[in-house]
Amino acid sequence: MTPPLVMLVDDEAPFVETMAKRLGKRDLNVILAFSGQEALEILDNQRNVDVVILDVKMPGMDGIETLKNMKSAYPLIEVVMLTAHATVESAIEGMRFGAFDYLMKPCDMEQLMGKVNEATRKKRDHEEKIREAHVKEILAKRGF
Amino acid sequence: MTKNNQLADHYFRSLNRNIILIIIIVSVIPLILVSSTIYYQFRVAYHEKVYDHLRELVNSHSQNIDHFLQEKLSDIRFLSDICGRGKLEDEPFLQERLAALQKDFGRDFVDLGVINADGVQIAYAGPFKLARADYSDAEWFRKAIQSEYFISDVFLGLRGLPHFIIAVRNSREDGHWILRATIDFVRFTTLVENIRLGQTGFAFILNNKEKLQTTPMTRPSIDMIAGKTIYAEFLAKPSVSPSEVRIAVKSDSSQQENIYVAAFLKYGDWLLVYQQRAADAFADLGKTFKITTVLMFAGLLGIIMMAFTLSRQIVKRVTKADEEKQMMSKKVVEAGKLASVGELAAGIAHEINNPVAIMVEEAGWMGDLLEEEEFHESENLAEFVRAIEQIQTQGKRCKEITHKLLSFARQTDTTVQDIHIKELLEELVALSTQRAKYSMVEIQTDFPDDLPFLKESVSELQQVFFNLINNALDAMENDGGTLTISSRRKENYIIIKVSDTGKGIPEVNLGRIFDPFFTTKPVGKGTGLGLSICYGIIDKMGGKLEVESTVGTGTTFLVSIPIKENSDGLQIEM
Repeated sequence: MTPPLVMLVDDEAPFVETMAKRLGKRDLNVILAFSGQEALEILDNQRNVDVVILDVKMPGMDGIETLKNMKSAYPLIEVVMLTAHATVESAIEGMRFGAFDYLMKPCDMEQLMGKVNEATRKKRDHEEKIREAHVKEILAKRGF
Repeated sequence: MTKNNQLADHYFRSLNRNIILIIIIVSVIPLILVSSTIYYQFRVAYHEKVYDHLRELVNSHSQNIDHFLQEKLSDIRFLSDICGRGKLEDEPFLQERLAALQKDFGRDFVDLGVINADGVQIAYAGPFKLARADYSDAEWFRKAIQSEYFISDVFLGLRGLPHFIIAVRNSREDGHWILRATIDFVRFTTLVENIRLGQTGFAFILNNKEKLQTTPMTRPSIDMIAGKTIYAEFLAKPSVSPSEVRIAVKSDSSQQENIYVAAFLKYGDWLLVYQQRAADAFADLGKTFKITTVLMFAGLLGIIMMAFTLSRQIVKRVTKADEEKQMMSKKVVEAGKLASVGELAAGIAHEINNPVAIMVEEAGWMGDLLEEEEFHESENLAEFVRAIEQIQTQGKRCKEITHKLLSFARQTDTTVQDIHIKELLEELVALSTQRAKYSMVEIQTDFPDDLPFLKESVSELQQVFFNLINNALDAMENDGGTLTISSRRKENYIIIKVSDTGKGIPEVNLGRIFDPFFTTKPVGKGTGLGLSICYGIIDKMGGKLEVESTVGTGTTFLVSIPIKENSDGLQIEM
């Protein structure tokens, strides 16, 4: 399995940068985005992002808004919400809109890695199934 | 503050005074008006009644007396006309006639006499030796010989006893002659003496020279002279009609008012006077006046006392309400302050949370880097690892603190959810463990797994139990103890019991602990809102919040929350 491609979205630059380094050290490919808008723009060119780690509380387009846009444009991408305690409710709301899970800041690295791997597996399984379905369809068309 | 107090004091004193004044004025004026009007009307009517009564009395008696005199006169006239001088001059016959008259009229007639034109009594029948008496110089004879009949005033005469004479002149046979009869004075007087009313009422007859014609002997003490002018006044105006009765009221020499009632008798010759002390005549009125006065004063006293008590009570209540209001507004301000402190805390917690997250992250990164080969030779590697771990540990502690702050300063969320009471309570117990440890309190829990879900707001229930647990910990703060929290199902309720072994709540306070702003904590330490909010929340859920407490033994709060219909079935499926 190729290492998961993770996108980190948070307005707190130092937090994202350090987190990126730590994830990178754990053999993940990390892309950074500092706002919801930026994240959506990057996704336009980077179709193979597996997991997005999304902060709920951001200026401008907030986490929930970003999530909704992301899910409608790229339904297969898995999103892990990152939240402070005060916004747990919005994180739960986020899960209703299709987020994979949520974590509380500051988060435990092992926990985060676990969630990322889980989400990646889910996404790739999903993609596999779609591919298989495609293959079946093509085969059927060819008359096999 | 003292100035304020003085002002309030002044205000309450003037309020007190005003209430008293208003009550007294409003009640006393009508009381006096009504009492005096009624008394006055009664007095007038009563006077009228007494006067009418006296007038009637005097009138009937004067008619009586007139009738008496008339009757006697007719008798004598009849005798004179029928018998004639010849027969009457015969003394035995006269004796016989007297006896006949006395038989018919009792002892009214004392004697009979026949007197010739020269004033000599030519025949006499009676107890006195008056035969051949010469009356030619007597005043009555001179008057009697000039008119057909005559009734004299009372005089002593030859016999030396008070009496009066009825004389009839007859001139049929050889010149004038007179038949006269003496009326028994004592018997005549009884006619008048019988008129007696009350203690001081009596009657007498005066002639037109103000000479007494009867003896008011029953009342010799009565001041007759005082009436002189009245009698003179009465006599000065001759009667228009025989039945006219006059009334006058006048003070006598002893300054006592007397009522004088008079009527003319004997064609205006005599005056029947009835005299009575006004006080006596109006004795009943006097009694009524006394009773009215006593009642009125009793009423006044009652009103004044009531005014004082009532105003004191009103002022007391107003004062108390005022104090409570002041205390309340103070506490509301305090509560408001506390709420803004809470908001501030939430803001701070949120702002601190992000930097702390970054710090922990950086420490994590350093930890990651230390795993690189090149650092493994460093002699301080162990120290670095320990320091980074410490940073992470402390960061996590910060996180816990900020999370707690956020969780309780947050606005109450009333969204209804399915709640597993065990999880909720365990979470709260975990939050309180640290504090319990400091207070040397052991927490015992008993949460069965099989309780049904509750359909309530998480944050509201958290608030209730957090409050109860905190109160229990407060109660055991100094001496330690055991906090027991248990849940069980009873019929359609889940009952959660929070017991402490603290100092307990005194009975006097037990009834007030759910009152808003009631607190026994020092100022600034408690808002007195906690339990009342809890009570409100549980009440809203349709449950009950009860308390049992024994001083020195501890306090138990019982929370009963109803299990909503249909939640059972639904929850089991999930």
